[in-house]
Amino acid sequence: MTTTGTDTHRGSPTCLPIRSDMDLMWIRQEVRRLATEAQFSLVQQTKLVTAASELARNTLVHGGGGHMEATVLNEGVHTAVRLVFADSGPGIADVDQAMSDGYTSGGGLGLGLGGARRLVHDFRLDSEPGRGTTITVVMWHGGVPPTRQAI
Amino acid sequence: MRVSEQQIGDEWSSASQVGQALRHRREQIAQRWADAPLFRTVFTVSRDEAVEACKAVLDALAEVAEAGRVEDVDAPGFFVVREQLARMSASRARTGLSPAQIAGEVAALRSSAVEHLTAELEQEPTAVVHGALLALTTLMGTLRLVVMETALSDGAELINRQRQQLLEVATPVIKLWDGIVAVPLIGTLDSARSQVVMESLLEAIVAQQAKYAILDITGVPTVDSLVAQHLMKTVAAARLMGAECVVSGVRPAIAQTIVQLGLDLGGVVTRATLADALAFALRGLGVGFGPTSQGAVAR
Ligand SMILES: Nc1ncnc2c1ncn2[C@@H]1O[C@H](COP(=O)(O)OP(=O)(O)OP(=O)(O)O)[C@@H](O)[C@H]1O
Ligand SMILES: [Mg+2]
Repeated sequence: MTTTGTDTHRGSPTCLPIRSDMDLMWIRQEVRRLATEAQFSLVQQTKLVTAASELARNTLVHGGGGHMEATVLNEGVHTAVRLVFADSGPGIADVDQAMSDGYTSGGGLGLGLGGARRLVHDFRLDSEPGRGTTITVVMWHGGVPPTRQAI
Repeated sequence: MRVSEQQIGDEWSSASQVGQALRHRREQIAQRWADAPLFRTVFTVSRDEAVEACKAVLDALAEVAEAGRVEDVDAPGFFVVREQLARMSASRARTGLSPAQIAGEVAALRSSAVEHLTAELEQEPTAVVHGALLALTTLMGTLRLVVMETALSDGAELINRQRQQLLEVATPVIKLWDGIVAVPLIGTLDSARSQVVMESLLEAIVAQQAKYAILDITGVPTVDSLVAQHLMKTVAAARLMGAECVVSGVRPAIAQTIVQLGLDLGGVVTRATLADALAFALRGLGVGFGPTSQGAVAR
């Protein structure tokens, strides 16, 4: 099979539960492993793991638990790691407010969502009050390939 | 007797036959499994509980088989019983069984499933029975792997818990100099651990009459907003006790991440290495230290 610049190939996804602090540790380890496998630089690895740590903790603390699905994407010579955090918790009623730095409904710093968005290349938040929250982030090795500007 | 591949039929239909048979014979197989050591010794409250646990595993197996994924340890069907299997293997491990022995107990479940499958397919041609038996064997092998996996990761979890407990018991606050104490932080700085760190540090500040406290984060793999919050609380508490905190071991990758995350460590003195932090503190105490010190060396 030939690969064109716009074809995206996906490795098989891994799915990890997010139900406890211990799970958060596994998530960080797994994301670090995938980022290493995708040959991310140390800085990129650190950024992705940190973003994952923020989002997974939100899934646990605000979403009441859920799971993360991780996939390695290949597009031509470009590699990316995509992480999807999903919960079926209360959802986010005011997304703009939640995304803004310093806003927290609990005792946090309110930096998780905004910070995670800055740390990765693509960030998408889908949430419906009462139905849950799904956040998808993508980090490309080196940078976003020119053929692709969205998820 | 040898059977050609064609006679066996496609793997898919064999797998779905296994799935159907497991659902059909759910009750009978569950009754048998409930007496197997794997279930009997774990679900000790009542036999019904053991039977229910068996049924959950049987349902998962049937789902995996029907999805045609008998070889796939990551099949979604296993997802719902993973936690139960983990608890079971953990409970067996606590009684001293090795992961291999636990896997052996899982393997032992095969025979009663085989018996019921054979009975269920009594009217079918031999080739079909063989195909189904092959699929069941593969499926049970996969279950064994799933259990092994949870048993092993459970072992890792145990080690981690122990390491964490060890750290909590022995959060070492080191006296580096008269008036200077340091804590090398290692691993995950979760809420519980940061509480312990804070307490031991504050005690040491009082006991040593320290003016400087160094928190070294070289061994902390990830600094996210929660870790930062813990660090800042510790710094604030140390200040209240009259000691200034220096956070050392801020690696370049961490520094860049902290900035992008939006963390404001403005009020906290940070240094790249423990040595830099010590130099900073010594200078603050007016102790002669190299050519840049303001202490003993007249400039
Ligand atoms: N998965 C989620 N489900 C429901 N609400 C969420 C979810 N994730 C975030 N939120 C809401 O958005 C707010 C902002 O999240 P953010 O991660 O930025 O800050 P925080 O979690 O409160 O603090 P921290 O800086 O420690 O992460 C949260 O306080 C919460 O109200
Ligand atoms: Mg958060």
